[in-house]
Amino acid sequence: MKLPEIIRGKVYVLGDNVDTDQIIPAQYLTFNPSIPEEYRQFGKYALIGVPASQGGLPKGHIPFHEAGDEFVSPYTIIVAGKNFGCGSSREHAPIALDAAGIKAVIAEFYARIFFRNAVNGGYLIPFETPARLIEKVCTGDVLRIELATSTMVNETTGEQFLLRSLGEVAPIIETGGLFPYAEKAGMFSPPSH
Amino acid sequence: MAGMTLTEKILAKHAQRARVAPGDNIWVDIDVLMTHDVCGPGTIGVFHKQFGKNAKVWDRDKVVIIPDHYIFTADAMANRNVDVLRAFVKEQGLPHFYDVGTDRYKGVCHIALAEEGHTRPGELLLGTDSHTCNAGAFGEFATGIGNTDAGFVMGTGKLWLKTPPTMRFVFHGELPPWLMAKDMILSVIGDIGCDGATYKAMEFDGQGVFGLNMEERMTLCNMVIEAGGKNGVIAPDQVTLDYVNARNKSGKKYEVTQSDGDATFEFEKVYDLSQLKPVVAKPHSPDNKAFVDELVGTRLDRAYIGSCTGGKMTDFRAAARVLNGHTVKVDTFIVPATTEIAKNLKTETLDGKSLEQVFLNAGAKIGEASCAACLGGPGDTFGRLNAALRCISTTNRNFPGRMGHKEAEVFLASPLTVAASALNGSITDPREYFA
Repeated sequence: MKLPEIIRGKVYVLGDNVDTDQIIPAQYLTFNPSIPEEYRQFGKYALIGVPASQGGLPKGHIPFHEAGDEFVSPYTIIVAGKNFGCGSSREHAPIALDAAGIKAVIAEFYARIFFRNAVNGGYLIPFETPARLIEKVCTGDVLRIELATSTMVNETTGEQFLLRSLGEVAPIIETGGLFPYAEKAGMFSPPSH
Repeated sequence: MAGMTLTEKILAKHAQRARVAPGDNIWVDIDVLMTHDVCGPGTIGVFHKQFGKNAKVWDRDKVVIIPDHYIFTADAMANRNVDVLRAFVKEQGLPHFYDVGTDRYKGVCHIALAEEGHTRPGELLLGTDSHTCNAGAFGEFATGIGNTDAGFVMGTGKLWLKTPPTMRFVFHGELPPWLMAKDMILSVIGDIGCDGATYKAMEFDGQGVFGLNMEERMTLCNMVIEAGGKNGVIAPDQVTLDYVNARNKSGKKYEVTQSDGDATFEFEKVYDLSQLKPVVAKPHSPDNKAFVDELVGTRLDRAYIGSCTGGKMTDFRAAARVLNGHTVKVDTFIVPATTEIAKNLKTETLDGKSLEQVFLNAGAKIGEASCAACLGGPGDTFGRLNAALRCISTTNRNFPGRMGHKEAEVFLASPLTVAASALNGSITDPREYFA
């Protein structure tokens, strides 16, 4: 993942404690993410476990996918509440969001294994927000995240919010994940081809 | 200089440092890496992609592969994933593989790790499953990781970890016969919330903990992830050593350690077991705590006793004690965590009947050792909630859709509470059976 300066797109809003069973239910874990065609399948089932009333807040009942593309969602940013990604260690969760086209999640905080997987696998950028944004952002709003200043602008409303800096995981995110980071740190040598 | 907690001491040793403090990012050496059929194929994919198709794992003896999730299913993709594990084991010559359809097949990885002697005090165990924290019961550092991390460990034997601060939970007194470790951990999760220990270590201490057998200690540590915990840990005592020494086939040496007297705990909570009542977690979160006596009479469609946290001999002994001589009013599913437990259900007796016979006489259905419906799985999984049913279960999670159907409601409770509730078809206080 090459780190962009700006991430811009439509936002899909979710609530608190969105667990990995909601992000990608267990029956879809039979796909092997190492196989590109199967990786793509995860996009189709991303967020399929979210109860309808909780999908696309504040109104709810907004599907994550639109007719015409069953794999990639029209939304590229997720805003969620507390403890996003709690539950299982399945890396299929950030993979499903990545396969569906999500570039960044903004949550109050994350369950640690989801956070590690998102960062170490380089699937998406997990931003944290000091303010509770799920009541300030509506599904469908267009957001712009500026990485250099850790700010998020809601272009639909004009409001601007400061996100937490990526802190100590920034070097891993910037290099693209655990392997390139470890290579830089001298902990990993890729095979010579 | 203040002392270190048990978790800090284990991490410091594996980082070859004299000490570590909460927040320190360290590279640690891994003693055991475990993976299974759901995350193994992805992990193997990462390993081959990054280290090359002819790469070898860092230490064959430290990689343990335990298919357990989607085993007794006709799902072709699920079966294909076990084949991916088989091919990798063959290619790498891995000795610790518990293959489906052989005498070596075990069932749920966390209990299999313990039974087969892969858990030892002082060690550092990582697994591609969030309930890997189960092994903290043996006084080791154990936590769940994803495919990328596991692929990295496979090739290097190392991983970076952030040292967590430790929270301590002290249980005074003795557990009365109507309460189990499940009531203790559901109390803790309810009290601190399902994010109350995020990124943190949870150490369990006190007479009430050291009075538990190893299976019950595993039940405590298994569910720290339900509070967001990074690892759960219990200092080893003679009970630990007796279990470990009886099963440590490799004879590998290990180091027993405990928290220093002047270690810093970020948080401490003290419980008096004489004041505790049977607990349930209501739908749809493990921290949605209520006491059983507040919910008595809530109608149920199904009862489920199984999984790493609720399908061990101690769980089945407890359930059998309640079910013995009675008939269940709702569909009741019994799933032993491992094949060893399944065998013991046939040989251990109560009033002259095997526990298996007690369950069958009561009208329960018994499935084969695996994760089964704890996490839903493919549609033909034994006990899966394929409709919007209301189930009481000894498993560890009740998020929407966890056991199958998105609108199903799952109540988490001890095997005693689940068994008593199965007999009435509604939530029932197990104390009724201890008059």
